[in-house]
Amino acid sequence: MLRAMGETIQIAINGEGRSVGAGATVAALLAELGLDTRKVAVERNEEIVPRSTYAAQALAEGDRLEIVHFIGGG
Amino acid sequence: MDGMQNSTDDTWEVAGRRFRSRLIVGTGRYKDLEETAAAIQASGTEIVTVAVRRVNLSDPKAPMLQDYVSPKDYTYLPNTAGCHTASEAVRTLRLAREAGGWNLVKLEVLGPPPFLYPDMPGTFEAAEALIKDGFEVMVYCADDPLAAKRLEEMGCVAVMPLGAPIGSGLGVVNPYMIGNIIEQAKVPVLVDAGVGTASDATYAMELGCDAVLLNSAIAHARNPVVMARAMKAAVEAGRLAHLAGRMPRRVAADPSSPLAGLIR
Repeated sequence: MLRAMGETIQIAINGEGRSVGAGATVAALLAELGLDTRKVAVERNEEIVPRSTYAAQALAEGDRLEIVHFIGGG
Repeated sequence: MDGMQNSTDDTWEVAGRRFRSRLIVGTGRYKDLEETAAAIQASGTEIVTVAVRRVNLSDPKAPMLQDYVSPKDYTYLPNTAGCHTASEAVRTLRLAREAGGWNLVKLEVLGPPPFLYPDMPGTFEAAEALIKDGFEVMVYCADDPLAAKRLEEMGCVAVMPLGAPIGSGLGVVNPYMIGNIIEQAKVPVLVDAGVGTASDATYAMELGCDAVLLNSAIAHARNPVVMARAMKAAVEAGRLAHLAGRMPRRVAADPSSPLAGLIR
């Protein structure tokens, strides 16, 4: 599929809408967000994204991502 | 345990992992991460519970729990706090496993406020799904011997009945049922939730619990680090008293000093 330069798609990250470059991967998104991939986990449309596949998974229009980490809890 | 001379010989095991400390401490509700780290260290615990939450995208470089309480030093036990359905709990722990690679987890499926009492139908459903998916499940549950037995038979690696509602600090309000659960269990039994102060933790251990799990009792003490030390001592004292076997109770006096040789 041909895409114009600068084309973006709409996704939701942790419930908030966001534009990202078309064709961006999970790895590229995490880098853009400034997150340490060793300390987070990602779910895409309610499916776990294994860390080993971050660079291979391209985001798609309407994707719903959850990016989580550990915090204090009982 | 016959002939046990000191507490350093005394360990317990869950899901094939052996631990010396019988205190599991939560990492929530502290003033800040420095206080969390200091209290965790003072408690002598080897296992800490942690929650899974969305990262704050507006502050990705904010200090993280792992930087203060390292998973290299403590076994992380991810929880499902805040989950009110089985599917939320299962999703949360799958994320936890991906984040850290841990399959030993604390399952809790909670009913509504104000009691956050364990939702047992939801807990059974989640436990079944998690066990099928390869998790080792330590499960928060009602102080219900039938529920505890069923969870054990499903394959849960520890059953953790509440002493009293989460964060209530009321102590062990139903010691007879906790005792019954311990008596019938073939997996470790922990009192989870309700402990308010050191004597509550001691009491749970005297009843024969394998360990105690608590958070607010330390985090909400006026001085959390000192209370963490108290809890360490309390759990050790209760364990030793359990092993020692308490004297029988009696309603009348039985003098400790000999009556023979009294002056007349």
